[in-house]
Amino acid sequence: MSYTRPKFRHPELIKNKLGYTVDYYEGALSTLCAGCGHDSISAGIIQACYELSIEPHRLAKLSGIGCSSKSPAYVLSNSHGFNSVHGRMPSVATGANLANKDLIYLGVSGDGDTASIGMGQFVHVIRRNLNMLYIVMNNGCYGLTKGQDSATADQGSKNKTGNINLFEAIDLASLSLELGATFVAQSFSGDKTQLVPLIKAGLKHPGFAFINVISPCVTFNNNVGSTKSYDFVREHIAATSTIDFVPEMTEITAKYDEGTTKKVKMHDGSFISLNKLSQDWDPLDRLSAVTAIHNARAKNEILTGLLYVNPDCNDLHQMLRTCDKPLNTLLKSDLCPGASMLNEINADLR
Amino acid sequence: MKPTDINDPEYFHKVVDCQHACPAHTPVPEYIRLIAEEKYTEAYMINWDSNVFPGVLGRTCDRPCEPACRRGRIDEEPVAICRLKRVAADNKGDVKKHMPQGPFPSNGKKVALIGAGPASLTVARDLATIGYELHLYDEHKLGGGFMRSQIPAFRLPETVLNEEVNFILDLGIHTHFNTYVSSLKEILSKDYDAVFVGTGAPQGRDLPDLIGRKEGAANIHIGINWLGSVAFEHTKHIGKKVIVLGGGNTAMDCCRTARRLGGEQVKVVVRSPFKEMKASPWEKEDAAHEDIPIIDNHVPKSFVVENGVLVGMTFEIVKAVYDANGKRQLIAEGGPDVFIEANDVLIAVGQENSFPWIERDLGVEFDKWGMPVVDPVTYASTNNKVFFGGDSSFGPKNVITAVAQGHQGAISIDLFCMNKDLNVRPSPYVNLVSQKMGIHEWAFDSAVVDDDRYIVPQADKKLTLLNRKKEVELGFDHITGYKEAERCLNCDVQTVFTTDKCIECDACVDVCPVACITFTENAEENDLRSMLKVPATNLSQSLYVSSELPTKRVMIKDENVCLHCGLCAERCPTAAWDMTKFFYNVTKAEKKACH
Repeated sequence: MSYTRPKFRHPELIKNKLGYTVDYYEGALSTLCAGCGHDSISAGIIQACYELSIEPHRLAKLSGIGCSSKSPAYVLSNSHGFNSVHGRMPSVATGANLANKDLIYLGVSGDGDTASIGMGQFVHVIRRNLNMLYIVMNNGCYGLTKGQDSATADQGSKNKTGNINLFEAIDLASLSLELGATFVAQSFSGDKTQLVPLIKAGLKHPGFAFINVISPCVTFNNNVGSTKSYDFVREHIAATSTIDFVPEMTEITAKYDEGTTKKVKMHDGSFISLNKLSQDWDPLDRLSAVTAIHNARAKNEILTGLLYVNPDCNDLHQMLRTCDKPLNTLLKSDLCPGASMLNEINADLR
Repeated sequence: MKPTDINDPEYFHKVVDCQHACPAHTPVPEYIRLIAEEKYTEAYMINWDSNVFPGVLGRTCDRPCEPACRRGRIDEEPVAICRLKRVAADNKGDVKKHMPQGPFPSNGKKVALIGAGPASLTVARDLATIGYELHLYDEHKLGGGFMRSQIPAFRLPETVLNEEVNFILDLGIHTHFNTYVSSLKEILSKDYDAVFVGTGAPQGRDLPDLIGRKEGAANIHIGINWLGSVAFEHTKHIGKKVIVLGGGNTAMDCCRTARRLGGEQVKVVVRSPFKEMKASPWEKEDAAHEDIPIIDNHVPKSFVVENGVLVGMTFEIVKAVYDANGKRQLIAEGGPDVFIEANDVLIAVGQENSFPWIERDLGVEFDKWGMPVVDPVTYASTNNKVFFGGDSSFGPKNVITAVAQGHQGAISIDLFCMNKDLNVRPSPYVNLVSQKMGIHEWAFDSAVVDDDRYIVPQADKKLTLLNRKKEVELGFDHITGYKEAERCLNCDVQTVFTTDKCIECDACVDVCPVACITFTENAEENDLRSMLKVPATNLSQSLYVSSELPTKRVMIKDENVCLHCGLCAERCPTAAWDMTKFFYNVTKAEKKACH
């Protein structure tokens, strides 16, 4: 038994703006099955946080229960974390965010944790436009309990035991668009060139960002006939566009033809650069996103990339008009300013 | 890039940096693992087969393997390969029963070996077991050549040398010691089928034109001659104040020997800057440890003799200046000359070949520098019966190079005597075995330890400086030997990739601690090197390229800093990666090689 990760790293790793190399964002060595798509998504999260030069102590990772929800242990060892009850990550995230809006919130969930037991919580966190990135590692099965079909398994998909799924799948991307999510994307664990910029954009989005990532379960759902296997996804993938996340003040070197490129400016001055746009699709137009998903489904394609973004949205704090300071930093003197202040207020109301 | 041809044994051989750098290509990681398992005898035999003098080399080798060691590229210091070899030699059991047992049936061929140094002894070992009658000539009373005359006993005890020389002589070699060969013609006139010349580079360089050289001659000695004279106990004393001229390993041996023969203020004076001295860094450290200052940038100007007695030397102070091509020039600083006191001076400024005993009309051609014309692969001279090896073939190098050349010389002599083509060299012995034993279980210690290099303990300086024969280094004990052995990265356990099995899940890319693996579109090598997860800037290290995968990409692995930890294979769901032990052994003339 020698399953340990050596401490040595490549001596020529480049430091980010904070002076950290990428290994500073790593977590414990994964205990998921070898070849699990979730590990690739974890690697994407590590890469995105490193590239954005996020201070690890400024980020909180939250999850529920399941293979996916184990994975926050495998990233960002230097960040805050909360592994909550099954399907209840959105409540914990909401509470944490209300208490301290200065942190970056990264929720990691699975298809069971989100589309089954957690559905009630999921839909409400979307409605509230909580400022967080919510990643679903979607493998269409319950890997932790031997691979039963989950609520996102496609109708007609065959599982490892040979059973065909009879039920209509819940399409999490369509659902979140319907409920008014302000950032919706879809991706594939085997495509980090697309996934990493999406995670970066999602972390920078000032409201609820949702990324549904197809993440094959090598142990229970990578068989012929499954619509969530590596081979099937690769054969049926289609993209709305290629995507780049461009930090502020960065010169764009890649050149694309006029009319096939779109830039979406984010609040902090950075922007999302989308190239090779698919026809009749506008990332800022929710209706075009819904249509694009339906068209792709009709063609038996899995549409990936950024589907919809509204960079000028109001998050929960703005809607509730909370104060500028994070609530957990308010002192007793702030909350209970004393009799003289009360008198002043009362005087104003006379 | 084209897919890497892993069927060519040289590809994986190059990945085993230490073995590749070793002139004799000793299977280093294989014997290091045996040391960790306390199988010292087996570890010794791997060495003995390959480098013939494990006990000697475990103390004195120039260690070309260590600068090459992969660990040196990710950790502060490489594995102490050389001193681990000594652990095998110090703790070996009865190795003789594992060696070929005579008497060997004769093949009717007779070969003369001139000079009993490492090259000739290697030829003797390789040829004796396949039936050659070997006649070994040397002017000294014992075999070993410069291993005996030049390496001081406090670095290499005579018992160690004698044992390993005798392993060979006991194979039934006819020795002609105390016999100076003064004519190659005479040797050739005897009924030898071939002659091997392994006479080394026996001539120490002098500074004949320096002022005072003649007047002070009684106290001015040529370094290698003086060391030989000490080794054979003709010289037992030296003056209290000694200057050693030169910056190579011979200078280090001279100064340290002088400290043991009565030298109290011994100084090494060298022309070049300290950093550029030819001596190995560890030998410089050992000299410093014995309170010997090394004075650099001093060019000798004259020997100062007063009343017929040497009293010291004068030096000009210089500085090194480099031109655009990095070529060095020593420019005088312009200050006054420096005088350094000395009762004796040892000149260790290099050594040269010398072949006064080879007549120039025998068909053995010499070049304009007086060196024999020797084929660098076959070691044949222009006289088809005469072969060269060791320092006598291409100038002064070291013991391990002499051994490697001896192996090749032996192969050539065998091919020549059997009327075969010298240029058809035997292929190496190669073997690949998967190390997988189960989930998370490998047949090698795949875990990478963080330990820093262990220091070899030394005997107390108070004792070693009193006795020329008292060995300074004590060697690793069993436990330290084990710990140091565990630092080895097992670079011979190769990461073998099978394209057909790969499902491109990226698990290997994500888990690799040193970011070796990238899946990308194929391109030319230069472009590929810059496209990797971490650009591959070490051009001496290969890229391992797979054939095309279903997504039209290829797998590229930069071999440079791969830890051979096995995590790629561990995390691969389809066993497209496997950890496969690669054993590579240079084939010797004696076909029954031990491995």
